[in-house]
Amino acid sequence: MKKDYTHAGLGIALVVVIALWWVMPGWAINMLALALANGLVVLGLMIQMRAGLVSFGQALYYGIGAYGAAMAGHFWGVTDVFGLLLLGTAASAAVAFILGFLLARYRGIFFAMLSLAFSMILFGLLVNSAALGSTDGFGVSAPTFLGYAPAGNTRLTLLLYSLVALLAYGVAFAANRYLNSTMGYIGEAIRENEVRVDYLGASPRRAIHTKYVIAASVSGMGGVLTALLIGHVTPEDFVYWTKSGEFVFVAILSGTGNVAAPFIGSMIFELVRTYALQYAPNFWQMLLGGTLLAVILFLPGGLWSVARLLRGRR
Amino acid sequence: MLDPTLIFVDGIVYASWLFLVAVGLTLIYGVMNILNVAHGSLYAIGAFTAAWLVGEYMAAGWAPLGTYALLIFAAVAVGVVLGTIIERGVLRWMYGRDEMVIVLATYAVFLILEDVAKLVFGVESYMTYQPRTLLDYVDVGDIPFAVYDFCLVGLALVVGIGVWIGVNRTRPGKLLHAVIYDREISMALGINVARVFTVTFVIGAMLGALGGAFTAPMISVVPGIGVEVIVLAFAVVVVGGLGSIEGAAIGALMVGIGRTLAVNVMPEVELFIVYGVMALVLIVRPQGLFGRAEARKI
Repeated sequence: MKKDYTHAGLGIALVVVIALWWVMPGWAINMLALALANGLVVLGLMIQMRAGLVSFGQALYYGIGAYGAAMAGHFWGVTDVFGLLLLGTAASAAVAFILGFLLARYRGIFFAMLSLAFSMILFGLLVNSAALGSTDGFGVSAPTFLGYAPAGNTRLTLLLYSLVALLAYGVAFAANRYLNSTMGYIGEAIRENEVRVDYLGASPRRAIHTKYVIAASVSGMGGVLTALLIGHVTPEDFVYWTKSGEFVFVAILSGTGNVAAPFIGSMIFELVRTYALQYAPNFWQMLLGGTLLAVILFLPGGLWSVARLLRGRR
Repeated sequence: MLDPTLIFVDGIVYASWLFLVAVGLTLIYGVMNILNVAHGSLYAIGAFTAAWLVGEYMAAGWAPLGTYALLIFAAVAVGVVLGTIIERGVLRWMYGRDEMVIVLATYAVFLILEDVAKLVFGVESYMTYQPRTLLDYVDVGDIPFAVYDFCLVGLALVVGIGVWIGVNRTRPGKLLHAVIYDREISMALGINVARVFTVTFVIGAMLGALGGAFTAPMISVVPGIGVEVIVLAFAVVVVGGLGSIEGAAIGALMVGIGRTLAVNVMPEVELFIVYGVMALVLIVRPQGLFGRAEARKI
């Protein structure tokens, strides 16, 4: 079997990403932090896609994480980053655990539609609640780090940035271990032939339920981090179906080849979006759609498969 | 709490609108097994085209009665042009691939068309009240209702019955059934399956654009109206059973009356009752209330 260089690669990537702090301008650091935080959500989608499932409602958990963190700071005065992360991730996991009993029974477009329906229910709830600022959303309190409240924006950004980088590294590392374990491989087996998995004595339903909860926790974590980075939450930006669609887009673009792919895809996405929205705001979605079609038709393995294609051709 | 008759009337009007918006989606799914996300943009572009045409027509000072013909013309034109382009240009290359991949492809088309609409029609809003104000208002109880809204009910009935007869009582409909049940055998029997698909998709696209065109006089047409409508149409179609025309009608009635009830009785649930019903139906009967689990039916 081919040697897996993923762990070494992730380690190098972490060092590079942190070193970029001294090289890159502030706006680029913000962008990179956002990309990594969103990459967590895409990683969640990728774990499900390995089992052949595409969720068109992953923003449900992104939103639960973000609103969980924002509400905890706003109403209960919890500002500690680690407390917020724990809370947002746990809330997402809990909701996913309950909904998972239902969703694990569905495949294909029914899985996509049901997850879409659940995310739209949360959207409706949030838009309707005046206490949460309805469509305007509300601000997120500045976070503290184990009692330390960073003075000045630069320090706060540095701390958040390194936290996002470390978490992305940790989650990618763990996800890689998981996907290369027996439980991880069952996902691919389910995608290929679910009945056979059943006959071999494994439970596809339980495996999918587990993956669903893992994906939701990771997405919730991404939501918490994004809320802290942006400092404001709105239903439109965190829960609406277009957000879920955006995540699906990045997941397809990245491909499911490696745990690093979602983060790379997410970075490219953020970078292109920053420029596209500035210079050609009315071409942005067209660019997305065109890219998506091209990937589906010509590059089913996503960007990650480009490297392999080039190597194979030589 | 309002008069139940009013809620019922309002619900029927809303349900008719939902049916008009959703029927093309269910037709395309029933025949081609494609969940067409681009339906939302067909709706939006239908609305834009209608609004723009009516605006030009009224500016020329011709008889306002002609605007109704324009609405239908807009729907047909948008359906034929975009439907053909989407089916021949994109979907044709996808047949035989996973259902979910095709959903993603139509999502890509949706994204592209969103910006095409912005480029062609600009980002300002269009107002086309003429077809609606041309007809009078009638009082139901003490509340005035636009006659135009009742015409929508009639249109929904005509479209629904027309599609149902077309599919179930005509020769092309019989061929359609053959194609739905077995594509290969139909091909062997000499049915031009590729053409059946193109025609079905164009008709579905036309119906989507028709929904948009007849909605245009009721709203201010702005970019992004398709985004919301597509998830609503999904909900309606899923409740009734994907691919079933009767199902779409029942789904529209349930969602329409349910939502009107919610607006009047429990306004706080209004925004998500539709998706609540959708989730509930999917949980209890994934194939929808009137869909059959095994064989697809239209």
